[in-house]
Amino acid sequence: MTRAPRAVPLLAIALALTAAACHKQQLQPATPQPADLPPTTSMVDSAAIRDSLDRARAAEEEAARRRADSLAMADRERELAEARAALLAPVYFEFDQAELAEDARMTLDAKVPVLVANPGLRLRIAGHTDSRGSDEYNVALGQRRAVMVREYLVQHGVDASRLDVVSYGEERPAVEGENEGAWAQNRRAEFQIVGGELSNMGDD
Amino acid sequence: MSSRLRTLRLAATAAAAVALPLAAARAQDPQPPQPGVRLSGEYGVGNRPGVLVLPVAGANGDSVRAILMRDLDYGDRVTIIGNPNDPTSSPVPAGGSANYALYARLGAAAVVQPSLTASGVTITVHDVGQKKVLRTRAFPLVGAPNSPDWRMSLHGASDEIEQWITGVRGIAQTQIAFSRGDDIYVVHADGAGLHPITRGGGTAMSPAWSPDGRLIAYSLMTDAGTAIFVRQADGSGPRRVSPVGLNATPTFSPDGRLIAYSSGQDIGTDIYAVPVEGGSRRRISVSQRVENVSPTFSPDGHRIAFMSDRTGNPEIYAASVEGGSPEMLTQYEFGVHNHRTDPDWSPDNRKIAYQALLPGGFQIFTLSLRDGATQQLTSEGENTNPSWAPDGRHLVFASTRGGTRQLWVMDVETFRTRQLTHGGGAPRLPAWSHRLGGQPDGAAPAGAR
Repeated sequence: MTRAPRAVPLLAIALALTAAACHKQQLQPATPQPADLPPTTSMVDSAAIRDSLDRARAAEEEAARRRADSLAMADRERELAEARAALLAPVYFEFDQAELAEDARMTLDAKVPVLVANPGLRLRIAGHTDSRGSDEYNVALGQRRAVMVREYLVQHGVDASRLDVVSYGEERPAVEGENEGAWAQNRRAEFQIVGGELSNMGDD
Repeated sequence: MSSRLRTLRLAATAAAAVALPLAAARAQDPQPPQPGVRLSGEYGVGNRPGVLVLPVAGANGDSVRAILMRDLDYGDRVTIIGNPNDPTSSPVPAGGSANYALYARLGAAAVVQPSLTASGVTITVHDVGQKKVLRTRAFPLVGAPNSPDWRMSLHGASDEIEQWITGVRGIAQTQIAFSRGDDIYVVHADGAGLHPITRGGGTAMSPAWSPDGRLIAYSLMTDAGTAIFVRQADGSGPRRVSPVGLNATPTFSPDGRLIAYSSGQDIGTDIYAVPVEGGSRRRISVSQRVENVSPTFSPDGHRIAFMSDRTGNPEIYAASVEGGSPEMLTQYEFGVHNHRTDPDWSPDNRKIAYQALLPGGFQIFTLSLRDGATQQLTSEGENTNPSWAPDGRHLVFASTRGGTRQLWVMDVETFRTRQLTHGGGAPRLPAWSHRLGGQPDGAAPAGAR
């Protein structure tokens, strides 16, 4: 019921425009035609050629628009991917520490605009430790790291209710191994989207 | 100690003197490579009564003899005549069950004479010095021969024998719970009967026994957080007794009524206690933005020790269960980044075992509750998670000394050490049960060691 009345005027406008276009073409002054061709034929051919040129131009414009759209979409996808990468980038800690170092704060700063631009997003912050401390203490230390990250994001305008925290202690290493290289990569907080969609890039 | 026991000890010394040539010959025997057994430290003969376990007739007689010999050996309070891991090497005295002169020549102060009956085993212990029977008792054996229940009931006989001979009940009838992979396992104190009691659902850690041995509490880590669970020691009937969040390192109070554990919501954790059957929890430690984990009760239940990093470094503290300011037990060293964790209060109230981070990794220490003196017990490999046996003399802990991480047992009097677990999965966080089988831990007279 609601669609039909809207469809009729649209159809009418479309028909009117088509008629106008035909009429206009017929009123165009005749371009010089080869003498051996009958004038009527010449008139028809000229209109057909013009029509075909118009169509070609329209197709070209459409293609250009599509190219531009697809470039814009690629840009947008790239920017969304960058926003996602910024949002999910882990932060790293010193041994037995939960304080946020300068590079950790920079990593977190890059998340804030993404979180602000996507108010529906919920994040889980997972705190991890390396394997060196006491297994039991490390459960607490992992939590401490996750909560320190949450506090920082809250201080920078993110609602605490959007940020879950969990500790995995030393139980889920990113890298196996008993050396400083492995330990450094395991002392971290990781981020996971647990609710909402990432649809807007942050504006930094 | 009864006068009879004093006499027995005197007799033991005399017997050892008589048996010196034999003892010396035995001492020179190279230890055969026994899987799971390693001797470290001197294993003196003169200061422990020599015990001879006679052969046992009948089907399963060899098993009974082997188990009794090994249990008494692992107790570290007597000297088994012969190789405890190879009963066939043990002398078989001719001339009946009461050839006291021969027993004395073999170095025995006590002779254990088991005989299988329809319902179990009857044990007679002879006092060689007094040339008479010390005690006789029938022990029912439960279940099929060599089944876990059967072995546990026989371990109860071993512990009773040890009490008759030394005045201190043994610890063979105990079990050790531990974490391996993501699950909790239980193993008998002699290394037999290994089986899981949890299966999946998260990472299960930090098992703790109820004093009656019926329940095991543990923490379970999932994507939603970590919570405290309790289940029957056979693995049945799991239930959650804490919120889900950060709730870890449970321990039972000595009266079995409370579970204390570490819990936190924002920055920092505190120790809380909740009734075992559930209900509202009570806060024991009160701190701000520091960690307080790994609680352990004093044997009388009035105090609780735990790890706290309130000074910046993890150290061991103790406080009244009723609250109040905790006292630091480990010695703070200014400018040194100490890292002392995983305390376990000994059942005899003498020591707290803990682990301290040294340049090569963690090592196990004890701290005297009398004078604060500390003693380093381990140095080979990394050694972690000490837990006291109910005798207050043996510790189980995780160690990498054998190449992979396994559970080991140490006698802190002699430093004699044996490997408890074998195979993969890197076991850790062991918890030694109280005495199982109904005998109270207090069976050992105070001061008897």
